[in-house]
Amino acid sequence: MIGLNLVYGVAGSVFALFAVLALADAPRRIANAAFYALLSVSFFAGDLLGDFGNGLLVIALTAIAASGRFRARPREASPERPRGNALFAAALIIPATALVGTLLFKQVPALVDARQATLVALALGVLLALGIGYAWLRPGLATPFREGRRLMDDVGWAAVLPQMLASLGAVFAIAGVGDVVGGLVGGAIPEGSLLGAVAAYAVGMALFTVVMGNAFAAFPVMAAAVGVPILMRQFGGDPAPVAAIGMLAGFCGTLMTPMAANFNLVPAALLELKDRNGVVKAQVPTALPLLLFNLALLWWVLS
Amino acid sequence: MLVLAGILVIAGGFLLRFNPLLVVLASALVTGLAAGLDPLRIVSVFGKAFNDSRYVSAIYIVLPVIGLLERYGLQARARELIGRFARVTAGRLLIFYLLFRQVTAALGLVSIAGHAVTVRPLVAPMAEAAAEGRGAVDQGERVKALTAATDNVGLFFGEDIFIAIGSILLMVGVLQGYGIAVEPFDLSVWAIPTAVAAFLIHGFRLHLLDRRLPK
Repeated sequence: MIGLNLVYGVAGSVFALFAVLALADAPRRIANAAFYALLSVSFFAGDLLGDFGNGLLVIALTAIAASGRFRARPREASPERPRGNALFAAALIIPATALVGTLLFKQVPALVDARQATLVALALGVLLALGIGYAWLRPGLATPFREGRRLMDDVGWAAVLPQMLASLGAVFAIAGVGDVVGGLVGGAIPEGSLLGAVAAYAVGMALFTVVMGNAFAAFPVMAAAVGVPILMRQFGGDPAPVAAIGMLAGFCGTLMTPMAANFNLVPAALLELKDRNGVVKAQVPTALPLLLFNLALLWWVLS
Repeated sequence: MLVLAGILVIAGGFLLRFNPLLVVLASALVTGLAAGLDPLRIVSVFGKAFNDSRYVSAIYIVLPVIGLLERYGLQARARELIGRFARVTAGRLLIFYLLFRQVTAALGLVSIAGHAVTVRPLVAPMAEAAAEGRGAVDQGERVKALTAATDNVGLFFGEDIFIAIGSILLMVGVLQGYGIAVEPFDLSVWAIPTAVAAFLIHGFRLHLLDRRLPK
């Protein structure tokens, strides 16, 4: 069955090529090459390394990132050989394949792992677009990967921050951090105050999301502390709006934190912004009123 | 109480501008030790979760395709295309993109757009060109940042209307643990008011962008 094995095979190959090209570059980018090589190993053989082996791999990735030797390449204006509007059609191959694949693959669960339909479609879209690109534009064999590596160098270590935060969440869960935070927040609410409870819940979701970079980590904590015992049981609130609006309050937090690297730091790098936090700053004026809206909506629903 | 030291490490590490990967790893170690975990166990827990979440980083496989098309002038083409339509302002373009992203995400089509797939190669150059076409030459930074912001706002406040998205399944699972049964459909319905509010608030800011750019 086609599933993550295909996606991870493609990703492992792409990062392996990035590593080779970083080594072949003049001057050599040894730190970049090592970083990509480790990611390639993770994609190809992560399941064979064992938990401790994967832990060592993460420590090595972190050491490279912290050494400060991982650098973006000095920008060189790559000579463009302009082509016509067919470029748009080529650019739409990946989104179109993702669209068709997501809808289609769920109908053939025997062939494609339905849970991974989107990622499988994405990988197939990449292969299709590369194939058409080679046939149409006839670039050098290494050109797509050389250009891709240039973009990857810009993204840099921020690429693995979301995975690191997911791992931190796992450690937090075992250490019981959620229970302690939940206890503190729950204890801070004035007895019998609905508005106080709603505010602690919504703002708590946003703040914990800012720290963890992900509302998924905050939801179980805030549900246990305030959502279930106070909003649902004490005030008899309908579970659906309490849960749904709480999660959306968390998403407001995601807009305001550099920890949500894939949404906030990576685009700043891809768009070559001078301010690494430029995207976060552009989002705060939307996130704060929206957080207030969620708070008010939940209060209105419950009272 | 001691386990909260890990949160302090994150906050302090960020303020002191250490490398975020290092800060996260240090926070995991401090938290684990405070909870009395064996250091080897902490490394294993961390490694396992890292391996299990590799799918998050799979998106970078699109970069060779984007890089190739850009080398043959994709960004320049996107700029030219917008230049031909004088009535398309940066704000109007981004409001349209916001709506597109919210509606498609609400249908579960979250991966058909994104920062690497559409923002960098297409939408950002178009928005920049539309702003420049009105004489706003030094606004590139702000317009680009707002383009990325628009993609995020559209995605976050559209996807929760789709019943089979990760966050909905998480909520159902967590509440099930308390013996509370909720239907994914009810959760997705309650995402609609905030989706509308997000469109109005962010859309209004994009409308203001056009006002501030010189005519």
